[in-house]
Amino acid sequence: MTVLKRIILLGLVIGVILPMIPLFVWAFSGSWFYPSLLPQSLSLRSWSYVFHPGSRILEALFNSFFIAASVTILSLIVGVPAGKAIGMYRFKGKTIVEIILLSPALIPSMTVTMGMQVLFIRYGLSETLMGVILVHLIPTIPYMTVSMSAVFSHFDISFEEQARSLGAKSLSTFRHVTLPAVFPGMVVGAMFSFLISWGQYVLTLMVGGGRIVTLPLLLYSFAVSGDNSLVGALSLVFIIPSLVILVLSSRFLTGESSGMGGFGGV
Amino acid sequence: MIDLRLKGVSKSYGKNTVVKSLDMKIASGELIALLGPSGCGKTTILKIIAGLQQPDEGTVFFGSQVMNSVPAEKREAVMVFQNYLLFPFMTVEENIAFGLKMRRTDKAVIKERVNEILALIRMEGMGRRKPSELSGGQKQRVALARALVLRPQLLLLDEPLSNLDAHLRDEMRELILRVHREFQVTTVFVTHDQEEAVLLADRIALIFEGNLHQFAPVRDFYERPQSERVASFFGNSNFLKGFCSGQAVETELGAFKTPLTGENESGRTVSLMIRPEHIIPGKGEDNSFLCPIRSKIYMGSFIRYRIEVGEGLWDVIDGPEARKGYEEGESAWFTFPPHMIWLV
Repeated sequence: MTVLKRIILLGLVIGVILPMIPLFVWAFSGSWFYPSLLPQSLSLRSWSYVFHPGSRILEALFNSFFIAASVTILSLIVGVPAGKAIGMYRFKGKTIVEIILLSPALIPSMTVTMGMQVLFIRYGLSETLMGVILVHLIPTIPYMTVSMSAVFSHFDISFEEQARSLGAKSLSTFRHVTLPAVFPGMVVGAMFSFLISWGQYVLTLMVGGGRIVTLPLLLYSFAVSGDNSLVGALSLVFIIPSLVILVLSSRFLTGESSGMGGFGGV
Repeated sequence: MIDLRLKGVSKSYGKNTVVKSLDMKIASGELIALLGPSGCGKTTILKIIAGLQQPDEGTVFFGSQVMNSVPAEKREAVMVFQNYLLFPFMTVEENIAFGLKMRRTDKAVIKERVNEILALIRMEGMGRRKPSELSGGQKQRVALARALVLRPQLLLLDEPLSNLDAHLRDEMRELILRVHREFQVTTVFVTHDQEEAVLLADRIALIFEGNLHQFAPVRDFYERPQSERVASFFGNSNFLKGFCSGQAVETELGAFKTPLTGENESGRTVSLMIRPEHIIPGKGEDNSFLCPIRSKIYMGSFIRYRIEVGEGLWDVIDGPEARKGYEEGESAWFTFPPHMIWLV
């Protein structure tokens, strides 16, 4: 193990694992008062609340998941072709298209959402799942487009020409040649889009108007009310996708299956 | 098999014209080299034939059919790229089968034809390997096999030998010739190496800056080049300015007899050309001149003289059987046989 790897590992432990320990302890604590270092009693009270049908937590979990998944798919649908165009081709007005596509990442999404809210109310999108999904796309589409254009810029367009010359139509060329090459990069982009949506608080609150309840919204309200045990349990649920994605993306970003460099070395 | 015709084909990228009004006719079953220095537009021509680039102007014919609007995947022309472009996540077999799979060929037929072609490129038993496990020569053979398995009407090869080292080149050249004989496929290949073109092609199309300078059988480039530039691209040659006068060319050295002057009107200025190896040391019947010898270099199998001809310096190659033993500094007779002289 190199020194660099040790440092990265240490950073991961300090930055990711350590802050989770108090959450973990809280989640299983019964009563825990100052100045004791550990809870006086352990309890599964918070967990039974989390999984209780009346608690709205399952509903929030479902909403969060449904919204994040939809946002991811929609970002892929827009971001992959857009990233391909920007990363691989030169065309007239490319700079303008780039600026338009990236501007949502540059302008604070709060300001845009204020204006969009007016339109959303008019078209009945306010306080709906659809509305929340749409507003989550503001940060995720630029993110997906930028990361996909980086992936595609490493892809040698000659591979597509070769496939076509061998008789593959454009759809088959994409499916059999381009997609396998950019797939790892695409998965990483998708996972991070999922996370961006999963952790979204302000945009959800503004457009969802409190009607559309997601995990961050619940987490925040419990945190304000001061129920640390519940906050701990909920945080652990909330953090699961992040951990899964952290592990998966490190798999995709390192080792043999790394596709960020396209077909490097062949 | 089909014949191929390009009529007035032009292509520019921005202000840069890479192919200029190209006319070419390639007969069915021919093996043609597109030869020229790097960046002269050869690969663009190949891509236009393959359908991967659209010409700005002009027409591409396969036989009598206009191909301009036919997409690459529908053309019976397969291009093999310079850097092989094997699909890295597919095995050798899957790479070779790719085109057949796209054509929805029956699985049993695919298997049979893949095995057949693996035998042809002498890579039996290597079908399960990944491209990353192959050597450069093997990759090149798989790339060729991937095209051949489709039994195309037209095979387009971009610098097929340039990435290989010397002995692999010979092997690959043999393979291309064998394949060409066996499949009788019309083949066009691109190269910047005139030796490669000479060794492989039936005819060579020599291209400079997007212009076709000469399209002729290989011998013509040595014996009947169309310009000084073409002559210089194919080996060493000597030039002398002069003008036609009756049966001879008048130069500052004197009159050179040549049977070619009949085709030229008197008074026309020409460049007289002769190859160093065609000059005979010693006095002959015609065209013998006394020339000062500037230098003499012993090269083993031959001797190279550098002689003064008028104001210029000419090379003379003297083979071992005709060694005259001339020395540096003396003036000696050299004969320039009339039938070896070419006018450009």
